[in-house]
Amino acid sequence: MTDPAVPPFVLVTGPEGVLVERAVASVLHAAREADAEVIRIDPATYESGALQMHASPSLFGGAKTIVVRDLHESPDELQLDLLSLLAAPDPDVGLVVAHGGGMKGKKVLDTMKKAGARVIDCPAVKTDRDKTDFVLKEFAAARRKITSEGVRALIEAVGKDVRELAAACSQLVSDTEGTVDDAVVDTYHGGKVEATGFRVADATIAGHSGEALRLLRHAIATGVDPVPIVAVIASQLRQLIKVGAAGRGSSGQLAKSLGMAPWQVDKARRAVGHWSADGLAVAVQAVAAADFEVKGGGRDPVYAVERAILTIARARAAR
Amino acid sequence: MTVWADLVGQEPTIETLSRAVSDESAMTHAWLFTGPPGSGRSTAARAFAAALQCPQGGCGECRECRTALDGSHADVKVVATEGLSIKVAEARALVQEAALRPSVGRWRIIIIEDADRLTAYTDAPADALLKALEEPTPRTVWMLCAPSLEDVIVTIRSRSRHVRLRTPPVEAVADLLQRRDGIDPAMALYAARAAQCHVGLARRLARDEQARIRRRDVIAMATKIQGVGDAIGAAADLAQIADEESSASGAERDAAERTRLMETLGADPTARTQPPHIRSQLAALEREQKMRATRYGRDVVDRALVDLTSVYRDALVLRLHSDVDLVNPDAIDKVRALAGVFGPEQLLAAMDAINEARDRINANVPPLLALEAMALQLRVPRDLGV
Repeated sequence: MTDPAVPPFVLVTGPEGVLVERAVASVLHAAREADAEVIRIDPATYESGALQMHASPSLFGGAKTIVVRDLHESPDELQLDLLSLLAAPDPDVGLVVAHGGGMKGKKVLDTMKKAGARVIDCPAVKTDRDKTDFVLKEFAAARRKITSEGVRALIEAVGKDVRELAAACSQLVSDTEGTVDDAVVDTYHGGKVEATGFRVADATIAGHSGEALRLLRHAIATGVDPVPIVAVIASQLRQLIKVGAAGRGSSGQLAKSLGMAPWQVDKARRAVGHWSADGLAVAVQAVAAADFEVKGGGRDPVYAVERAILTIARARAAR
Repeated sequence: MTVWADLVGQEPTIETLSRAVSDESAMTHAWLFTGPPGSGRSTAARAFAAALQCPQGGCGECRECRTALDGSHADVKVVATEGLSIKVAEARALVQEAALRPSVGRWRIIIIEDADRLTAYTDAPADALLKALEEPTPRTVWMLCAPSLEDVIVTIRSRSRHVRLRTPPVEAVADLLQRRDGIDPAMALYAARAAQCHVGLARRLARDEQARIRRRDVIAMATKIQGVGDAIGAAADLAQIADEESSASGAERDAAERTRLMETLGADPTARTQPPHIRSQLAALEREQKMRATRYGRDVVDRALVDLTSVYRDALVLRLHSDVDLVNPDAIDKVRALAGVFGPEQLLAAMDAINEARDRINANVPPLLALEAMALQLRVPRDLGV
């Protein structure tokens, strides 16, 4: 492998599937440009010695690039073979290894890093902030603009799965022109809402009963069970009460003494101002009754949650 | 000394059962013992089994009696579950066993201590017994125990003879504690009263200082909850006590069981990962242990809630000037304070709230949530100073 654009060893680490695929694809693209033969190794069906067989020089000569995916799930034989390959590197053989995180295969990782591998990091895209960054990067890479409302609308619509988000971004980039704003996103993804128990709970506790009911219906229609929704509402109410009863103090200290995260304390603090003690009491009892009903105590679990949401919203208004 | 010595305050039952032992025509093949928890359902069943096996009709001294009472008699099978329910496979195995002739004794006896738990997923475990209950093998006797008739399916009820145990009098329980466990009279009386005549609980209260402290803490809850924050805190405390108890008593035993299973399977305990067939057995054991912990945690909460109810019950007794004994004479100041601030309706509402929490916990509502909803209904209007 003479092309300096493709280093002999490339290490792709991180759990985010889309990013890993892209990283591997870009390396392989460069390798193919350099006329290397690409060999893929499947860890699940790996047999001892296969790696060395692929790595040995072929009759016709030429460079090779071996791709190993999911090193973190690979059997010990593959790891041992990789280590022996790394111990005696062949200038004609390039190696691309993807590792999804965890302790398995750590030795191979360390050896590759020591051998001067190029490391491409693919961190998980989890929080809304990560997703916002991801979308902005996607659009920046395509030299397009998207408004911040557009980003928010897009994440709300398809943000659950990063792969889906990436696909939506590329669709918008290729199908539209000019700056993408929330109206454009709405044209493509309008009416689709990623509803989770947390969003239902947030809307409920904020007193938006209509919004909460709408989200609840979305959540149930997309396969969320009523049981975890009730559990989330219960835990959020609990946090509200705990923070309300704890009084003053920095959110960091409070978080430590109440066993919550600081952002949860801040959020509960903002919300608790709208609640009276009796209102909270009514709300907790409504949730407990709903929990009993969704677990077989009532006839209609969805109705039980709906009624709890309405009761909670009324309890908030009655301060 | 007879086999009936530990069955206190149940003279009518003892008479019925003794007659069945001595008179063939008064005997039948399926018995259903009901009675409040701790009244001695399984004690009665075991004593009856011993009396049936004993050549003298229940001397309490011979080998037959002793082995039947402690559950090691070859022809007396005692079934109890530590999990949430008895599974249908277990019930079918019992039917098989019931078809065998007695080996050493006069009868083959099967005692199911938790007949109310023949409910794994459906009533199938109970249904599995029906045929055997209806057309018994000669010399086979079934003894089922349940808190009440409503706790077993109607088809079992109609196939068995019903023996009802009553709540034994406080004095009888205290007397048993003194006689059998050598507990001093004052403590025995306190324990019998506090346990509301639940024999097993009374024994535990009398012998375990921690149990008494916990009971006192639970009772103190009744007068302490003022604000919403207090209620949530009290519920969290109660749930935590249950968690701690179930994990503290379980952890050691769980580890011992795991070690024993590994030895039985010949597994290497130092290996980082076990081969699949051992892993699956270990996973099954862990599931069972988890179920046991759930049951135990629930039982602890349930016991605490029964204790809590007793305070409100006492307050109601005071309020209505009824001529019945108090359960908590040692916490009379708290009882008086409650009777002072709450009317009879409110006291009853509080007891309802506690019972509702018990029902909910049984229906798989997370204990913490059920307890929170309950504690919120137990708020007192002002500081009672007790």
